Amino acid sequence: MKKQMSYIDSVHRDGRLWNIGMMILLFMFPITVAVMFTASPDWGALVKGLIATAPMYWAVGIVETITFVPMLGAGGSYLSFVTGNISNLKMPCAINALEQNEVSASSEEGEIISTIAIATSSIVTTIIILLGVICIVPLTPVLEAPVLEPAFAQMLPALFGGLGVAFVSKNWKIAIAPVVLMLVLFIFIPALDSSTVGIMVPVSVLFTIAAARILYKRGVV
Amino acid sequence: MTFHVNHPILFILAGVIIAAVLGQSIYFLVKALKRSRQLGMDQTKIKKTIKTAAIFTIAPAVSIVISVITLSKDLGLALPWLRLSVVGSLSYEAIAASNALGAMDLELGKVSNLTAQQFVNITLVMTISIMVGIWLVPVISKKLLGGMSKLEAKDKKWSEIFQNAMFIGMIAAFLGFVFCNVYMLWTPDARFIDSVNAVTGDKIQVPVAATYGLIPVCVMGVSAAVMVVLGLAMKKWKWLGDYALPISLIAGMASAIPITAWLG
Repeated sequence: MKKQMSYIDSVHRDGRLWNIGMMILLFMFPITVAVMFTASPDWGALVKGLIATAPMYWAVGIVETITFVPMLGAGGSYLSFVTGNISNLKMPCAINALEQNEVSASSEEGEIISTIAIATSSIVTTIIILLGVICIVPLTPVLEAPVLEPAFAQMLPALFGGLGVAFVSKNWKIAIAPVVLMLVLFIFIPALDSSTVGIMVPVSVLFTIAAARILYKRGVV
Repeated sequence: MTFHVNHPILFILAGVIIAAVLGQSIYFLVKALKRSRQLGMDQTKIKKTIKTAAIFTIAPAVSIVISVITLSKDLGLALPWLRLSVVGSLSYEAIAASNALGAMDLELGKVSNLTAQQFVNITLVMTISIMVGIWLVPVISKKLLGGMSKLEAKDKKWSEIFQNAMFIGMIAAFLGFVFCNVYMLWTPDARFIDSVNAVTGDKIQVPVAATYGLIPVCVMGVSAAVMVVLGLAMKKWKWLGDYALPISLIAGMASAIPITAWLG
């Protein structure tokens, strides 16, 4: 008798198919433009542009994938890495949903909750961007109004303030060491800024896991 | 056919890909909802999860629309619409576009009429550079998550702490980032930020106050304080829990307007 596939296995099977399909579709965009407008790429400039961009993005992408997959779960990962805006939108959304439902990310319930939160967020984002594109003419002066500029410029601090309180207060023993370390590093090393925060996430995650392990072994947590 | 960055064909192509992304999200949502019913999970809680996720997404999504508007000035509307609906973010796409243009001796912010060839180059640099997660997740996620399940079976308590430690590690990095310009307080030479001249499009440096770096810190403080108040209020009005994160986010963002006027 054929063994029935578990839910999680079917998520991986479907996720693989979707992501490979999306990869092909994404490449079809420049290829179709090139064919329809009979414009082959400027190969020299393409190689030069790629050398300037790809190695750093690939390195960051590999580290991000390894760091984020265990937090996002299977379904959440397949979706998040296609729809993007992970650390500023999908991840906080998933963390909040897991907290709200009091489920662990590695349980099947956690996998389901995180997938539902991330899928909902992706759908809403896509619709809002679509509406924004349709209404771009009337919206541009409103959204680019100087009075609103600081509000959108400070979105990440506004997001992580609320999320930080909710999560850190429940796990304060684990949080002390990494929060202190990150504050010291970001305050006293001027080179650390918005462009390097992506690289500091895995550093901080590894440090927190190591610190938590020590606390666990000593029976503090 | 004469190319221009807002050619209808580009919108059709972008629309097809975005429809597929929407299809993937709906597919996974329906699949997870079905499974939740099979497992007998509380459907009221599931509905709340959907509602909270949707409300929370609005403000960040509007900020993505602003990114689309920013990039559309050089690249037309179709490409930023596609790139920011799929995979990208403003900083990633702007750097990729800037490097692709730089390789052709052009400068982002000063391009008026892109040719089809330049457009293809930019799109290819963006696509190839920002693609890792899409193919790497299918390759490694099963193994990685399998490892997490094994860890849970071996030592459930440590597995839970491990999960929390990962989330806290990520949040700690962003809390640190909020303080990244505080050093301006004691470093007079650093009190400048990059900006663009609205008339000429040239990159310029604008002087800022010594307290500029405290703006995000205060905004985070407001958002955190609102969350604390909501946490207390939740004991009486439980329904507030569904809106706590979106409310603290919006309150923090709104507070940025007077705080920036005060400290900027």
